[in-house]
Parts: sequence; C-alpha cells; structure tokens
Amino acid sequence: MQGVPPADIIQLMPTVWTEPFWQATAEHRLVLPRCTECGEYRFPPTPFCGSCSAQTVEWIEHDGRGTIYSFTVIRHAVIPDVRDALPFVAAVVELPGTGGCRLVGNVVGVRPEEVRIGHDVAIDWYDVREGETVPVFRLR
Amino acid sequence: MTELTMRGKTAIVGVGATPYTKRGESLPQLPMELAAKALLAACADAGLSVHDVDGFALYSMGFDTSLFAQWLGIDVRFTGMLTGGGGGAAGSVGLAAAAIVSGQADCVASIMTLQQAASRFGASYAPRGKPGATYSAPPSPEGSFIQPSGLMGPGQMFAVLAQRHMHLYGTRREDFAEVAISTRNNAIRRPTALMQHELTLDAYFDARMIADPLCLFDFCLECDGAVAVITMSAERARDCRQRPVYIAASANGGAGRWGQAITWFGMPDEYFASSGHRPVAADAYRMAGIGPADVDVALLYDHFTPMVIMQLEDYGFAPIGEGGRFVADGNIRWPSGSLPVNTHGGNLSEAYIIGMTHVKEAVEQLRGTAINQVDGAEVALVTGGPASIPVSNLILHS
Ligand SMILES: [Zn+2]
Repeated sequence: MQGVPPADIIQLMPTVWTEPFWQATAEHRLVLPRCTECGEYRFPPTPFCGSCSAQTVEWIEHDGRGTIYSFTVIRHAVIPDVRDALPFVAAVVELPGTGGCRLVGNVVGVRPEEVRIGHDVAIDWYDVREGETVPVFRLR
Repeated sequence: MTELTMRGKTAIVGVGATPYTKRGESLPQLPMELAAKALLAACADAGLSVHDVDGFALYSMGFDTSLFAQWLGIDVRFTGMLTGGGGGAAGSVGLAAAAIVSGQADCVASIMTLQQAASRFGASYAPRGKPGATYSAPPSPEGSFIQPSGLMGPGQMFAVLAQRHMHLYGTRREDFAEVAISTRNNAIRRPTALMQHELTLDAYFDARMIADPLCLFDFCLECDGAVAVITMSAERARDCRQRPVYIAASANGGAGRWGQAITWFGMPDEYFASSGHRPVAADAYRMAGIGPADVDVALLYDHFTPMVIMQLEDYGFAPIGEGGRFVADGNIRWPSGSLPVNTHGGNLSEAYIIGMTHVKEAVEQLRGTAINQVDGAEVALVTGGPASIPVSNLILHS
C-alpha cells in the first residue's frame, strides 16, 4: 500500500480492553466501545468511563465515515526505516455520531498537498501482518 | 480560614549552568557529571556550599539522586520529582518551594541535565529496536492507536495541533516564523547561544519541511548541557550573595481530558488547539494575585514555535485565536514589544535543556543582570512544556 509507513515498524499491543477493537479491524470492521451505564463512547478503549466511572461497555459498529479533524504531512524520516514511504499523511479523523471519537491513521490514495481539514473520508484497511490490520482513510 | 499558599515564602537564590554544546559534544563527561557542575555553579552564584543543599526537586524522569548525593556528600531531606516530561520544567521549582514551605527541606536544587548523544527525543515514539530508535518508549496499548500512522516524534504530533490552530483561527506560517526570528534575534546577542546567525524570513521559508506545517526552524535544538536552580526560604534568601528572586506562584497539572494530549488526540474541541496550560495559568495567577497585564517578561517553553503562540493565548496575553496576530504585531520582540518573550534565545536558538534555561533567564531578568534586559522587569512568567499532564509554570518577582 502507498502512503503508509512500512508494516514491520507497526507494533500493536492489545489488552483485554482494546482487543475487541483489534479483532474487528482484522475482519475489516470498525467497532467502538460505548458505556453501558451512561451511553458515552470512549476512545481509545479504556477500563473506565471518563464520565461515570463504569467499566462495562458494548461494542457498537460504525461505518467508518468521518471527517479530517487535523493532520500533518510527514516529510522527514525520524528513523531510516520510514524513508522510502515519504511523504505520507497522518490524520486525526472524527467520527460522527460518537460524541467526538477520533481515530488516527494515514490518508491514502491522495497527493498530500490535497488533504484539508474538513475533508470527508471513508475507512479502509491496511493489513500489516496475519491477524493485524490498522485503519487508514480515503477521501470520499 | 487561613489561605494556604506558598506565595512569597521562598526565593531562588542561585542559578548555574554548564556550557551548552551541540548534541554529543559534551562527551566524555557523564550526564550526571554535567548536573553536578551546574549545581556547583549555582552554589557559587548563591554563595553557598554544596553541603548546604538538602533537597532535590526534579522532573522529566530526573536522575539517580542517591548516587548524586553519594558523589557530592549531600545529606538529603527531600528528593521528589514531578511526573511526566518537559511539562514539569518550571513546576520543579514549585516543587522545591513546596518542600521548603512544608518544612521538609531548607535548600532545594532543581536540576536538568541532558546529553542527546544517543538518545534523540525526536524519535521518542519510534518503534523500539529499529535503527535510530534508541530512546523510544516501549510499545503501549494506547500507542497502538497512534503509532501505526507513522507519528513517532513530538514535532510531528504538535504539527497536528498547529494545523488545527491555523484552520480555526487563520494563524499563518509567517506567525510561526516571527517566533523563530524574534527568538533568534535574542540568541545572537548572547555568547552562550548555540545559534549565532541571523534568521531571515526568506531563510525560514526556504527551509525544508519536517512535518507540515512545521519546517526545520519551527523545531528546537538538540543539544547537551545542564542547568541548576537553588531555592530557599525568603528569609534565608536575604542572607545569600544575590538579590533574592521571589516565587509568587507555581502550578502544575492539567485538565483530565487534556490527559496524554499529543499521544491520544482526544482532547475536547474547545482546547484541542491549545497548549494545555489554561487550568494551570488560572491557578498560578490566582496564587500570585496578579494577571497577565502584570507580567513584564515571559519565558515560554518553545519546543515548537506554534506552542509559544498557543501559550500566549492560554496565559491571557492574547485572546484565544489571536496569538498569531499578537506575535505578528511585534509584541514579543525585545526590547520594543509589549511582552518580550524568550529573551535568552529559548529552546529554539540558545539551548534546549528541557526548559531550565528559561528559569535561569527569568532570574537574571529580575536581578537586572540579563544580557537582553527588559527595563524595570519586576514580574516574570516561566512555563514548562506544552505536553501531557503535567504542564506547569512559575511566576517570579523581584
Ligand atoms: Zn459512563
């Protein structure tokens, strides 16, 4: 895939609280945890609700359509392993209907110069290795 | 009810530093050896023996005070540290004051030593074990939601905040340039500064982009050195060699949902494009009993130029969103501006010792001995780095 850092630098570390998210991404589905007590989404998934301190969540499917909240174009290789991938776009994407949940991922399939805050994007999937997939975005 | 406050009860009595060098050039000295040299210099400045020191108040993971005390023969009554990273710079002096006011120690040193020979902060969040990722934090559950995007350096992450600020308020790269250029102008008058060449607007715009909208000159330096600051009670400070610089206030912390800030990006929209300092600014002004109009000189932690602009807003020098215009109007220039900022050349152009040079400069301004002296400076604001919790500050007066 173009516009993403190389797969072998990506290190996922699921916990009991985040594992349902990563299991879903491996199946190319987006699910988000919502507090069963007060209904607030929380992201990334955490053991407690920031509003009511409850622990239990239900996992809600989301269609992965969102808008670019902010972004940067990475043009300098902080480590040599990313040099061949430059330049690429890292964006914060806000998901409507979630009370402001934001995902962070690359915007692919676009020249970096064309990316703007407010652009509508749709989720796509970057399979980094067997059983591990991370979200990326395309303009829509 | 009696007001519980540290206001005016302590003072900075001594400051000291090693020479600042480009990263790696302080070798073969040890990082803690640099710390000791800075402390000895601060003691000499104050007219104290190093054996008068009885406490340490550190930040950003500090160093091993047990070995340090063993080296220098310091009997320790207090050794504490603010959690987090560079956000705690100014607040470490507040921690020293807290130790003294509470009677736990009499003479407390706040010290930062830095040697970026192998450990480069620019790769703080790079995947551990890869070439170039010698300093990075181990993988974390939270990092899994950020790191796959290739964000691995603080500058790339703050660029995301800067981009949002530009979008919301019309802040321009020219405004970031003004922070870099005004700071450089201050630096080139100082022999201690690593950057000695004038920076022009053309040179700024010709520089390579690192992470849009930030270019090379929006980033602070990578260097080596150490700075020490000694705090004592106001009463005992009056017996020291230098004129005391009193601690009016210090606050550290931050809003819960500021949290990890650039390593989660979930901060509320209201203050996403901010420095995270608004709560601690309010606390410090309340404690000091002053407001932004009373500040004569501001030493604002400048790891990245846009974060100076956001701090100017969060400390009330400019309305929210107007920080770019505030700097463009020349307000932060020395000596002509309404609020000279980083008269020492800052992290951007003098040296990056994780913000402790800012405390040293504030002390020199209030003693009246600064190289780029603000006429009649009586009140100085010092801030720690916009960062995850804690961010911090220090208000000093002569
Ligand atoms: Zn809840």
